[in-house]
Amino acid sequence: MKVLVPVKRVVDYNVKVRVKSDGTGVDIANVKMSMNPFDEIAIEEAVRLKEKGLVTEVIAVSCGVTQCQETLRTAMAIGADRAILVETDAELQPLAVAKLLKALVDKEQPGLVVLGKQAIDDDCNQTGQMLAALTGMPQGTFASKVELSADAVAVTREVDGGLETVKLSLPAVITTDLRLNEPRYVTLPNIMKAKKKQLDVVKPADLGVDVSPRIKTLKVEEPPKRSAGVKVADVAALVDKLKNEAKVIG
Amino acid sequence: MTALVIAEHDNASIKGATLNTVTAALAAGGDVHVLVAGFNAAAAAAAAAQIAGVAKVLHADAAGLENGLAENLAAQVLAIASGYSHILFPATASGKNVAPRVAALLDVAQLSDVTKVISADTFERPIYAGNAIATVQSSDATKVLTVRTTGFDAAAASGGSAAVETVAAAADSGKSSFAGREVTKSDRPELTAAKIIVSGGRALGSNEKFMEVLTPLADKLGAALGASRAAVDAGYAPNDWQVGQTGKIVAPQLYIAAGISGAIQHLAGMKDSKVIVAINKDPEAPIFSVADYSLEADLFTAVPELVKSL
Repeated sequence: MKVLVPVKRVVDYNVKVRVKSDGTGVDIANVKMSMNPFDEIAIEEAVRLKEKGLVTEVIAVSCGVTQCQETLRTAMAIGADRAILVETDAELQPLAVAKLLKALVDKEQPGLVVLGKQAIDDDCNQTGQMLAALTGMPQGTFASKVELSADAVAVTREVDGGLETVKLSLPAVITTDLRLNEPRYVTLPNIMKAKKKQLDVVKPADLGVDVSPRIKTLKVEEPPKRSAGVKVADVAALVDKLKNEAKVIG
Repeated sequence: MTALVIAEHDNASIKGATLNTVTAALAAGGDVHVLVAGFNAAAAAAAAAQIAGVAKVLHADAAGLENGLAENLAAQVLAIASGYSHILFPATASGKNVAPRVAALLDVAQLSDVTKVISADTFERPIYAGNAIATVQSSDATKVLTVRTTGFDAAAASGGSAAVETVAAAADSGKSSFAGREVTKSDRPELTAAKIIVSGGRALGSNEKFMEVLTPLADKLGAALGASRAAVDAGYAPNDWQVGQTGKIVAPQLYIAAGISGAIQHLAGMKDSKVIVAINKDPEAPIFSVADYSLEADLFTAVPELVKSL
């Protein structure tokens, strides 16, 4: 069984982004970029399934600018066998990405597609669900445990109030939550090996997909600032402030 | 123009997040209909009909709809979607699971975690862990959105008198089945609805200490307990207590952060709280930059002292 793992190149999660003063977006020039943390978890899970002998090939996919190749090389250093870049400079929204991925699913016929639950830049949490809808596959979102057998997969999902388990027929789409696994560190020898692995580049037009955005961003602003707080000397002062100034406790 | 709200419910009662979503739907303009899709869910449908502002409740009842499986619920929404200008889900685990599936089947984009309705086609939503607010306009015929519940007041749960109309249930997809649920037991208020939240971080050191130190304070205040990702990852608190970009988004009247440094991802989940109190012994902790009241102290002495003086 093949596994397809879509990965996204995003602003590193430790970077505090700045909103551009003209309100057109956030400033990502000269900012450190990395693989979306949830996608690292997705690659790790796919590689673990391969190490257990349940999966034959792990294919990493990314959609976006040329530099996404670095993200794909990282995926291959973690253990993906080969990679596909859908190269475009256009702004890609989740629906467009889901359509591009559907075209690749039709071509590669994976038994499983594993994605991150959300990208930490647009915070959408949509692509996996949309891909499942377009391909008619069942979905196991926010997975914290995956048990794969020959024709089905049991997915334990993190939901409000606890956990729930669903059983899905294959092929299926899974999106990863934080606690699914701990991604391994890439080692130097594996980074060197990843450079020799196959990386194909295709264009959205080759896949016959129209990627034009449906949602227009009118402006991007800083969130409202909180007014500066005060330091209190001790617990008694704190209780006094909460009771008499903020009036949030009785 | 009519908006359809997908109710979140447990087949017997309507969950609070639905009420905030109704308010958002009313802000988008037009009539508001509510879909209650479940199994033996007549009580939930009756409760939905009581919500102020709701014009009609659509009730679909079938065994396949009992557990809100995305495949079946999306098919149900799709079956009745024509004619609606807006389809709104609460941005809960369930809403986030189903809304994009519905949007893709309608071939429209979806708007996630909407915090403000500016007009029928223009909305505000946070991006980059809440470090930027985007104003976005949708050009699609049907707007499918998930609503951040803390961005909207709850509609009154009573006072309405909508008619309940039974609609045909969608067929089971047969591709997925529900296998079980493990619910975290709690007598406390629900995290996302609590007026006061006491939240702990890595500094608590262990699950025993977490409960021993923070439970008395939460009890005294009638508060919900929350946690940072570090505390959850370390096993000090259950997963669904996590507050942050990837956990719950909360906005209580009072948020007490004990032993939480205040990483960007945590702040994304709580910085809309009315009053934030930080108790931390590190004067450089970023949490102090958003706190209204900062107490630089060891939480192991400060929190018990706080309990005593309340």
